[in-house]
Amino acid sequence: MALQRKDLLGLKGVTAEEIKEILDTAAQLKPILSTGSKKTPHLAGRSIVTLFYENSTRTRMSFELASKYMSAAAANISASASSVAKGETLIDTGRTLDSMGTDVIIIRHPMGGAPHLLARHVKSSVVNAGDGMNEHPTQALLDMFTMREKFGDLTGLKVAIVGDVLHSRVARSNIWGLKTMGAQVVLAAPSTLMPVELERTGVQVTNCVEDAVREADVVMALRIQRERQKGGLLASVSEYNEFYAVNQLRLSMAKPGALVMHPGPMNRGVEINSDVAEGDQSVINQQVTNGVAVRMAVLYLLTRKNGRA
Amino acid sequence: MKNSILFQNARIVDPSCGRDEVSDLLVENGKIAKIEKNIQAPDAQNVDCTGKVIVPGFVDLHCHLREPGFEYKEDIESGTRAAAHGGFTTVCCMPNLSPVNDNAAVTSYIVNKAAQKGSVKVRPIGAITKGLKGEELAEIGQMKEAGIVAVSDDGKPVMNSRMMYNAIKYAADFGLKVTSHCEDTNLAGNGVMNEGYHSTVLGLRGIPRSAEEVMLAREILLSETLKLPVHICHVSTKGGVQLLREAKARGVQVTAETCPHYIALTDAEVEGYDPNTRVNPPLREREDVQAIIEGLLDGSLDCIATDHAPHHRDEKMVEYEVAASGISGFETAFSVCYTALVATGRMSFEKLIEKMTCAPAKIFDLDCGTLGVGACADLTVLDLKQNWTVDAKAFLSKGKNTPFDGKPLTGKVMATYVDGKCVYGEEAK
Repeated sequence: MALQRKDLLGLKGVTAEEIKEILDTAAQLKPILSTGSKKTPHLAGRSIVTLFYENSTRTRMSFELASKYMSAAAANISASASSVAKGETLIDTGRTLDSMGTDVIIIRHPMGGAPHLLARHVKSSVVNAGDGMNEHPTQALLDMFTMREKFGDLTGLKVAIVGDVLHSRVARSNIWGLKTMGAQVVLAAPSTLMPVELERTGVQVTNCVEDAVREADVVMALRIQRERQKGGLLASVSEYNEFYAVNQLRLSMAKPGALVMHPGPMNRGVEINSDVAEGDQSVINQQVTNGVAVRMAVLYLLTRKNGRA
Repeated sequence: MKNSILFQNARIVDPSCGRDEVSDLLVENGKIAKIEKNIQAPDAQNVDCTGKVIVPGFVDLHCHLREPGFEYKEDIESGTRAAAHGGFTTVCCMPNLSPVNDNAAVTSYIVNKAAQKGSVKVRPIGAITKGLKGEELAEIGQMKEAGIVAVSDDGKPVMNSRMMYNAIKYAADFGLKVTSHCEDTNLAGNGVMNEGYHSTVLGLRGIPRSAEEVMLAREILLSETLKLPVHICHVSTKGGVQLLREAKARGVQVTAETCPHYIALTDAEVEGYDPNTRVNPPLREREDVQAIIEGLLDGSLDCIATDHAPHHRDEKMVEYEVAASGISGFETAFSVCYTALVATGRMSFEKLIEKMTCAPAKIFDLDCGTLGVGACADLTVLDLKQNWTVDAKAFLSKGKNTPFDGKPLTGKVMATYVDGKCVYGEEAK
């Protein structure tokens, strides 16, 4: 038993043994998703709440189904982003959920560090489902799970991550997780969308997508938000697509059979072109399936460690 | 209470006149009457200072007392008690109040309230522009008559360069300096911490150093063009120190302060997202800290101010991005500086005291910061050997917001006297 934590706030500082245990457990649980009766007793008697301060369909649904497939009582709370400033404080909301006997709070929040604040003030386990630009650990776990299904081992893999790295919690969690598992990570973005001193995390950084994808085993595109145009971070969607999109030509520079990944939701024709997204090398739909399995594993392992059996 | 106090056998350090000797110090009627060995004063109250150091009371050019308008954070009574606890005897309070101190009525309110309830001397700083909006000049002349000692739109930088150009001239007509919070708000954007490795790995929006430095450079150029003085608030970057060094070398009338947290802390403290590390300008990096210390040593930075910025607990018990900026600084200022600068051998004790007494007094032309015979008996008693641990709950300030909570420090303020009256220490109890 490697995973001994109360919370999963990020992959920074999570050990290779812990990641391996989560991925191994997910592999054991995944077959449940293809059986006729998607119901196991792993989380029977547990209550799991998703507390989302940002809109989300897939991540929230993925956690909710993971909870329900394992027989947990699952509830959802939607709080608007404006309630962060005006409404009940995060700590008060957390304590209220705690007082109702919640075992796990799954939080998505527009601000980095919000799950950490919550975790310090509640007895429940806290799972970070995305905090601002900081981390989205279950996304990176499902990405690594998907890579492992194809390659068996992550050691030495070259993973190219292309897009808005600056604002991406997916990129940060993947950096921490992939580096810990021995992969080589290269990030490509326009300089305006690349955070400073990222190379100090042990990754390679470039503004040239071709350099990043060359000989890569995995090419991951990140979502571009059109609002970035307003802040002077990019000029236009079409210029972005021309210079930075994952397209067929760039994909051809990667290793034959390299995986194409995207955390979703996709902007087709912006950061990724449809022919690539739907091509033979794309595992974007498998990522979604694996997301449920990985989240089942995380919820199971965290509640198992709570000593509240 | 007797009218005279005899401090016996103290090490007396007064950088305003280069004094550093073990001696007695006699206070009569609130003034320093005599500094000699073995003073005989049979009627005086005796205070044994063996092993202790007496220095001029500290002078702070930059603090927030929050009254009127934000008394839930701090008021003049609690803020000046905290100042006394930290060894300060004169503090200059910023105008970002409600209502803003942009007219003589608010200035008079602060002055009168401080006279009634204040433990230490309070010298208000008036606004540069009405409502801190950067649109029209405040009534600087009338505020001067009511008691302001400088003008600043602290916290709301004057982005319009023409307005700043005019303000420097207009304030100078009344013998006052503009003191500038240097921040290009467009460049700072929505940043909440220093832009660097730590902002990258914490996923928090960064504030580049240049957001501070471009405005600092502007103020230097305006000062140089006008041949008029400008004072720079809370310098936090290496580049800022270099700009000041070069400006001073060519004779620009610019002075500058830094703060204890820029001397002792880096942005690595933000790991863990403790909102008590949020401050503006933000905590920078090791090379900045090193440059700040060098700047203090070579005179590029003239003095140390606290930027004491108390906040209510509820304003800090929230997400980092929405937490209030600022550190409750009075009660740790001396010890933080002593620990980081003097105990490590990087700065002499005399130099540190200069940066907290006569140097700031000179910048705003304040009648304090000295132990000269005939001066007001504003003095602070220190024990340099005491090791202690910061306990924010024990602060006299209403603001318990400090990144130093739980940190061990060396050197402690034992007592503070204003006009010969004990305002902090055993006797004050």
